[in-house]
Amino acid sequence: MPDEQFALEARGIVKIFGNHIALDAVDFGLRAGEVHALLGENGAGKSTLIKILTGAYQPDGGQVLANGQPVYLDNPQQAQGHGIGTVYQEVNLLPNRSVAENLFLGHQPTRFGLVDRRKMEREARTILSRYGLEIDPSSELGAYSVAVQQIVAIARAVELSGKVLILDEPTASLDRNEVERLFEIIRDLKARGLAVVFITHFLDQVFAVADRVTILRNGKLIETRALDDMSRTDVVRLMLGKDVAFSGATGVEDARPMGEVLLDFSNYGRKRSVHPFNLTIHKGEVIGVAGLLGSGRTEMARIMFGADAADEGEVSVAGKKTTIARPTDAIKHGFGFCPEDRKAEGIFGDLSVRENIVIALQGKLGWFSALNRDEQLEIAGRFGEAMDIRAASLDMPVKLLSGGNQQKVILSRWLATDPAFLILDEPTRGIDVGAHAEIVRTINRLRDEGLALVVISSELDEVVAYSSRIVVMRDREMVAELNGENINPGVIVQAIANHRDEELA
Amino acid sequence: MTRRLLSRLANPQLLALAGVLLINWFLFPNFFRITWQDGRLFGSLIDVLNRGAPVAILAIGMVGVIATKGVDLSVGAVMAMAGAVAATLVVAGYPAPVAVAAALVVGLLCGLWNGFLVAILDIQPIVATLVLMVAGRGIAQLITEGFIVTFTDPVLIFIGTGTFLGLPMAAVIAIVLLVMVTLLVRKTALGLFIEAVGVNRAAASLAGIRSRMLLLYVYGLSGFCAAIAGIIVAGDIRGADANNAGLWLELDAILAVVIGGTSLLGGRFSVPLAVVGALIIQAMNTGILVSGFPPEFNLIVKAALIFLVLIIQSPLATRIVPVRMPAREASK
Repeated sequence: MPDEQFALEARGIVKIFGNHIALDAVDFGLRAGEVHALLGENGAGKSTLIKILTGAYQPDGGQVLANGQPVYLDNPQQAQGHGIGTVYQEVNLLPNRSVAENLFLGHQPTRFGLVDRRKMEREARTILSRYGLEIDPSSELGAYSVAVQQIVAIARAVELSGKVLILDEPTASLDRNEVERLFEIIRDLKARGLAVVFITHFLDQVFAVADRVTILRNGKLIETRALDDMSRTDVVRLMLGKDVAFSGATGVEDARPMGEVLLDFSNYGRKRSVHPFNLTIHKGEVIGVAGLLGSGRTEMARIMFGADAADEGEVSVAGKKTTIARPTDAIKHGFGFCPEDRKAEGIFGDLSVRENIVIALQGKLGWFSALNRDEQLEIAGRFGEAMDIRAASLDMPVKLLSGGNQQKVILSRWLATDPAFLILDEPTRGIDVGAHAEIVRTINRLRDEGLALVVISSELDEVVAYSSRIVVMRDREMVAELNGENINPGVIVQAIANHRDEELA
Repeated sequence: MTRRLLSRLANPQLLALAGVLLINWFLFPNFFRITWQDGRLFGSLIDVLNRGAPVAILAIGMVGVIATKGVDLSVGAVMAMAGAVAATLVVAGYPAPVAVAAALVVGLLCGLWNGFLVAILDIQPIVATLVLMVAGRGIAQLITEGFIVTFTDPVLIFIGTGTFLGLPMAAVIAIVLLVMVTLLVRKTALGLFIEAVGVNRAAASLAGIRSRMLLLYVYGLSGFCAAIAGIIVAGDIRGADANNAGLWLELDAILAVVIGGTSLLGGRFSVPLAVVGALIIQAMNTGILVSGFPPEFNLIVKAALIFLVLIIQSPLATRIVPVRMPAREASK
């Protein structure tokens, strides 16, 4: 429908960062009075698209139209002028100012050039009551829960803009009741004729509130469709790019002989993070973890490693019960952890490749028994070579290396500690093909050497190739464990997509 | 081998120190003259060492703190407290070793308190140490009951003004401390851990470094060093002046560390270069003093120096002269 009038439309948007194409001729149309979900895995281009629609970025190609007229959005204020308001996951308000001030900041009603506080608070009260909030507008915003702040942010965006509301992961830090309340407000706004863009990682919420869905993958538009004629499986398949026939087994080799039990997590969990799960891990096996972003995969990895402490359940290592409250506990038992966000939690950018490799081993040895420079060079050289790290020198800062080589450095760091159990969170994301192959090869080699591994990955083909077992996470819960013939992309997609009450057997 | 030594000596800090000394020599031709008299060395250079010692000692403690992305604003106030404790104890008749030990313990406790606020309560270092910066001087005034407590204890006075092998005691203490702390951080893994925590605390914790303990250590060391400096300053003036001892010296110590090439953003640090930074500052002070310029110049020259250091460390400058680090690595 090329002549359809959209409240907000993006036509053929192209955005390039360096030599990376973030958005490749993406079309996006938003009707008045609809809730439109925008879905895609990390790096799909969701946030880039939103930033272009709100004027934070300028497109390198294509154009943005509001009510059929081309508009040029140089900054978020202009977008507001065109009726486009945005609410982010992290509430972008001033917690130490009053609710009314936050609602009207920059647009305060004035009298004789001064802020008319009474009028402002009166108007704030009327506006808030429309959103079902009976709170004192003169009280500090920070005193209220994130949910209330979120609603105030929405009220502000709607009052200032009034045509289009973009909600960027608004539910990420809300509990079930709060989410329901938010949805009521969204439905209400929809009935008032607003166009709402809704970004989330929770599929249940998409189906609960959205009318249409647009799916992006690797910067390309995959599909825009009404949700009525789509199943969860369709959505997940489009997001992950798996055009798989649901044919059952793909001829995976027989289950390898399992080693003895290394780890046993029973009823292990952490409130507001991961529901209690049970998992037994044997020597010489790779457990793949599948699930969408935000499904609790990373949270599970973090409590296994003690980066966040579990507050429920028990863990035993080699049959002995123990506690893992912090990473040093885990490392003592021979654990290692390659985090998902390499830059923020993995590498020490300014330190050398050599130091980055020896640091965990040195941490294990303690500060007093220092490895001298020659020992460090020997260790770094040995593991660097085994992992094929391409660095001009072991003394160069690790931040100058490519992403793939940085990942190899972090893997080497743990291999140097002679681990028994490795947790790898998205070890192959965002790295070049060569490094990718090297890391997959290493995972296979380590498994054959008798290590136990937990590998989290969005690359289903890859998970299927090296996993002895696969666990599926959804909504912060372990929902399925797949063995043998069930280790294939089709079954995984189905398990990820399945609704709570049509649980996989 | 000699080439490596030469390239080590050709670092910007030592060149800057040489530059300042040369300017001093132009302004005051006798600047480099050192004489031997009454069993001790005399001369402007010796003066630089002696006067620069307190800030150098503060910088030795401060450099570890700054390397962890922190800062310790309280060291000046801790100096005043340590001096007050030592002075009142000797005046009250306690033997000097007891007074010195008590002052050192007070400094250490102050440092651990800062470390507690930063490491355990996760308060921003600049605010956390501001607490003691303000309160410490008040506590010092309470200890001295608002007076300048003067003493005649020979041991304390020796620490402030005595000589050892012809060198001023303050300089000797600074050198010993420099050697000990350098060995402590470079011959153990502490230096690596401090740098790791400063570069990326989240990654350090995941790599199994107890970053909280480490922060406690570095702030504790900073407080301990401040106490040593406080005792020296009290011994030098033969009294504890709670109002003025160590006043604004925390800023000189921070400046010394920054001149020494340690970024306020944490990471790579060098204890010896921080001491060189302190000497640069003192050489400027002494130079202005001996050359007869009014001391007000001192502040302006110091401001100019800070400006210069900031420009050199600014992102713009590193973009204009980008390839120094990698080039050196490649040539190896």
